Amino acid sequence: MTPVLDIRGLTKGFTMHHLGQGFAAFDNISFTVNAGEFVLLKGANGAGKSTLLRTLYRSYLPQAGAVLFQSAHGQIDLARAADIDITHLRQTEIGFVTQFLVARPRVSAEVLVAEPLRLAGVAQDEALKTARHWLQTFGVKENLWPAYPTTFSGGEQQKVNLARALIRPHKLLLLDEPTASLDATARAALVQRLSDLKAQGTAMIGVFHHPDDVEHLIDRVIDLTPDIPLQEERQDVAV
Amino acid sequence: MTLTLDPPRIVKTAPLVQVRGVSKSYGRVVALRDVAATVYPGEVLGIVGESGSGKSTLLRMMNLEETPDTGSYTLDLPDVDGNLFALDRFARRMLCATRIGIVYQNPHLGLLMKHSSSGNVAERLLVAGERRFAVLREKAKDALAASEFPLERLDAPPIELSGGMQQRVQLAKAIALEPALLLLDEPTTGLDVSVQALVLDTLKRLQRDRRITMVIVSHDLGVIRTLADRVMVMRRGEVVEAGLADQIFQDPQHAYTQQLVHAKL
Repeated sequence: MTPVLDIRGLTKGFTMHHLGQGFAAFDNISFTVNAGEFVLLKGANGAGKSTLLRTLYRSYLPQAGAVLFQSAHGQIDLARAADIDITHLRQTEIGFVTQFLVARPRVSAEVLVAEPLRLAGVAQDEALKTARHWLQTFGVKENLWPAYPTTFSGGEQQKVNLARALIRPHKLLLLDEPTASLDATARAALVQRLSDLKAQGTAMIGVFHHPDDVEHLIDRVIDLTPDIPLQEERQDVAV
Repeated sequence: MTLTLDPPRIVKTAPLVQVRGVSKSYGRVVALRDVAATVYPGEVLGIVGESGSGKSTLLRMMNLEETPDTGSYTLDLPDVDGNLFALDRFARRMLCATRIGIVYQNPHLGLLMKHSSSGNVAERLLVAGERRFAVLREKAKDALAASEFPLERLDAPPIELSGGMQQRVQLAKAIALEPALLLLDEPTTGLDVSVQALVLDTLKRLQRDRRITMVIVSHDLGVIRTLADRVMVMRRGEVVEAGLADQIFQDPQHAYTQQLVHAKL
């Protein structure tokens, strides 16, 4: 079976012009992820876990290597794909879940959550209905649905963000500490949703501060700490 | 050092807008030097840069208000062919009236300040050949409603309206004929923060519901971040960097872009 994602020799560093210097984030990373597989990234702070996720999503530009993704349109190298193709893939096949909501002034929680479906061509009523279902599932109180999340507490914003990010299935899902500071109800809902998506074949790469939250989902652990063998078959999650 | 990107493989649609090799000098001042820009249908391109970077000049060229010394500009539309800079004045005016909408920072540039708001919008329809009064009024009303203008003020002239309302009239005029391309020159600059949020929300709604292709020029990075899919950074008449909006803000490559992004509050 061809892996959904085949990362080969991926390298990323940053140049900081005002300091006149650069630094490496990670160097020559290679691994693959199959459909329905959940890969946990581990490593100390600064090992490049989040940087790797952002590079795969192309918020960061890689410096070398290839990221071969099996899209619905055939294989494409995410490291070199045109911006417009990346935009398309983000709307259809590749999702990114963080703990931070990008709220917009005067846009209600339910409209914000429904937006990915609207962009995918789902009719307004249908999209809103699904949005409300997910807001409910993640434990956002009903009276907040038509309110503007700009004023919500951090925890409530995070739930809105999860509902938005997970409202539609993706072929590849990148997870950057989505459980941090979530209450128990929302965490359980998140783990359930991830578990369902995994069963449907979504490939996932995640960074979790407390991996025990997703313990039973993890198939493989990859350690990004330099000078440590990259892959470790999962025996038992000792992170 | 980064990788060179491939041409599009998945998105097979041709770009709506293609600007190539555009240069323009005013005497010894170089306003634009070999500028290229590509915008795909439904995409929002943000152009940032400080005053004098050439971003507004480029936008005025896309509105065919100015002609460059060299370069070409094409729109991929059924009955629009060739380099638009080569069109005569009449053809330009028709094309601008029917296919391109523009919102200026200064409403005086886009509106007749003492005519009624609905009249301002209807004028656009008149230029395109509509003569039936009832249709004019109805269509003007629809466009004003779409830009969330309070309809009880249809007959108020822009001069009596607030800055935010004036921008809505400009926007209504710009979208009245459902243009293929909407150009926005600092559309929220100078507005109160709360009004700015309303105008941004209206633009976002148009983007989401109508999939209008937009080019927005602003020195306000927050505005660009909210609206743009892709960002082009200009400095001294040249494009120094272009990329996905989140990439430009999170991983700027060029020294000038880094300076610009780090200067944001």
